[in-house]
Amino acid sequence: MIQQALQDLWWGFGVALEPHNLFWCFIGVLIGNMVGVLPGMGPLATISILLPLTFGMKPVAAILMIAGVYYGAQYGGAICSILLNLPCHPPHAVTCLDGYPLTKQGKGGVALGITVIGSFIGASWGITEMIFLAPLLVRVALQFGPAEVCSLMLLGLLAGSTLARGSPLKGIAMTVLGLLIGVIGSDIETGAPRLTFGLIGLTDGVEIVALALGLFGIAEFMSSVNQTAAVDTKYSNVRLRDMRPSMADLKLAFFPMIRGTIVGSLCALIPGTGPTIASFVAYATEKKISKTPERFGHGALEGVAAPEASTHSSVQGDFIPTMSLGIPGDAVMALLLGALIIQGIVPGPQLIKEHPDIFWGLIASFWIGNILLVILNVPMIGLWVKLLTIPYKYLFPSAMFFVCIGVYSTNNDMFQVGEVLVIGLVGYVLNRLGFHPAPILLGFVLGPRVEENFRRAMLIARGDMLTFVERPISAFFIGMAALLILAQVYIWLRGRKSGESLLIPDLEVGMKPHIEAPVSAELSKQPAE
Amino acid sequence: MLRALLQKRDFYAGTLLILLGCGAILGVRSNPVGTLMHMGPGFFPTALGVILVSLGVLIAGMGLGAGGDTDRILPDHPEWWAWACIIAGPMLFILFGEYGGMAPATFACVFVSAMGDRTATWKSSFVLALGITIFGALLFSYVLHVPFPIFRQVW
Repeated sequence: MIQQALQDLWWGFGVALEPHNLFWCFIGVLIGNMVGVLPGMGPLATISILLPLTFGMKPVAAILMIAGVYYGAQYGGAICSILLNLPCHPPHAVTCLDGYPLTKQGKGGVALGITVIGSFIGASWGITEMIFLAPLLVRVALQFGPAEVCSLMLLGLLAGSTLARGSPLKGIAMTVLGLLIGVIGSDIETGAPRLTFGLIGLTDGVEIVALALGLFGIAEFMSSVNQTAAVDTKYSNVRLRDMRPSMADLKLAFFPMIRGTIVGSLCALIPGTGPTIASFVAYATEKKISKTPERFGHGALEGVAAPEASTHSSVQGDFIPTMSLGIPGDAVMALLLGALIIQGIVPGPQLIKEHPDIFWGLIASFWIGNILLVILNVPMIGLWVKLLTIPYKYLFPSAMFFVCIGVYSTNNDMFQVGEVLVIGLVGYVLNRLGFHPAPILLGFVLGPRVEENFRRAMLIARGDMLTFVERPISAFFIGMAALLILAQVYIWLRGRKSGESLLIPDLEVGMKPHIEAPVSAELSKQPAE
Repeated sequence: MLRALLQKRDFYAGTLLILLGCGAILGVRSNPVGTLMHMGPGFFPTALGVILVSLGVLIAGMGLGAGGDTDRILPDHPEWWAWACIIAGPMLFILFGEYGGMAPATFACVFVSAMGDRTATWKSSFVLALGITIFGALLFSYVLHVPFPIFRQVW
């Protein structure tokens, strides 16, 4: 089996190294790294903007590029956290705690160096996990009938909406809303228009690009406009030779990296617990087992190494359920599946067999992409630091244009631009009411498949709902889902009694203007030394 | 009492869900529901609508209760001007796109959105909009061949 996997991987490298694919992989990680550094632009908005561009590309190249943006942004996000104390990307928020104090002590370069090493170790482990675990999962999943698929999706959706940020109940509500938005359009079996409210533009359903750009583009811009403080680049002068960690630093950071990697890969296996949770758990673990916990928060190198390794191992691991079962763990993975569906590829356990070039090409491209990222990040660190100073007031208007033209080009139809505007407005209102938009996308992408399998399962079982608990595998998934809900109720009851909050802090996606702002405007005028 | 009610964010969140759920149920009225064995096109959306309404009732009820979220609905510093600018961007894009072409649409969209920033000036927005228009026209028209004329023949 191992031999088979290695053979497939070797072949995958052949696919990923084709000049055409290699080029798009490089473009992906480059753009990813760039938006990761830019305060105020997240990988979600970027991938949504790039999605229309992938329509004309070959499926393999499109997927390699989108995936590249995702993991590339993780490298860039670390730079932002460590040098600027800006938690632009939730997974890296915890890195600020120790990364920025290190920067203030003049050790920002070392922290970045350790981050790059830790990221690479974490990512490598995540990829290895995927190589061996995904085919195994597929073998099991291929036995599933409609009832099992349906229960599994229910579990995936529940996990995705309750374990993520914010109130679990609101998360579930957003998933249901996403499923409903997925219903809009023609019915698969009868072709009858549903929920189109007489609008011809909605007959083909809501465009995933419009949904994603509305929720993560326009709604996001509305909440972060005028909220950003000027960036303080006082400490951001990092040169290449500052990045090389000393032997002592490496020794200090080595085991935290390994532990972080393990935490991250475990978190990746639970759907819904993405890199953000992984990084928090890794940081907490490191602090708990440290002999000198008082150093944390004042520039402990372990506090940078562990969460970063954990983030990257979890990011790569996220692809496992997405590619092998067709069940996305978070919004980025949902977009990736959306891109596959647009290319006419049905996600699910049959994907590895029917499109081995995509699966193994993607895995091979992870290695190549990560190596490219290390190369991009080490010698070009000065360039990335320069990017940090691009102000938000130029970014978001430009992004507005990309939103409009991107969504227009999906069908060359102005109706879509109106659609994205309405979705953006609703998204902002939902945001203000304390709803997080990510589960909407999960529900939307899985919606049609949930309905199809539910209808088929009911047809097979002659309308007997008990079929979901009578079939053992399906019963197992339903049981897990029930357990998940019970655990949430338990946490809620306990939290009410003792008044303590949940273990995952509810972070804002945008930037927090907690830097002493006005000084930096003058500072950035001074020539960099 | 009324003041306190206005502060209940979760109450409004739940109410919105109830409205959305009702909208879905009413929206699929024309589609037959069918039976569990032979589901019609209306079954799944109706079921989802019912779930959404019940979740809404639950959230709104908890919001009115003691443990509810008491955050204000509006942010501390409402950015009405900036929001209007961001919303106006795509609207002008549609308008100018239909009647003027890609270049005027892009310029209007970027210019108006840029005015939303508190520190923006007419000049800075103009320069940004001009730059993005030239860049956008080159990229989308000449490189990516999006079928959207740079200038439409209006008359």
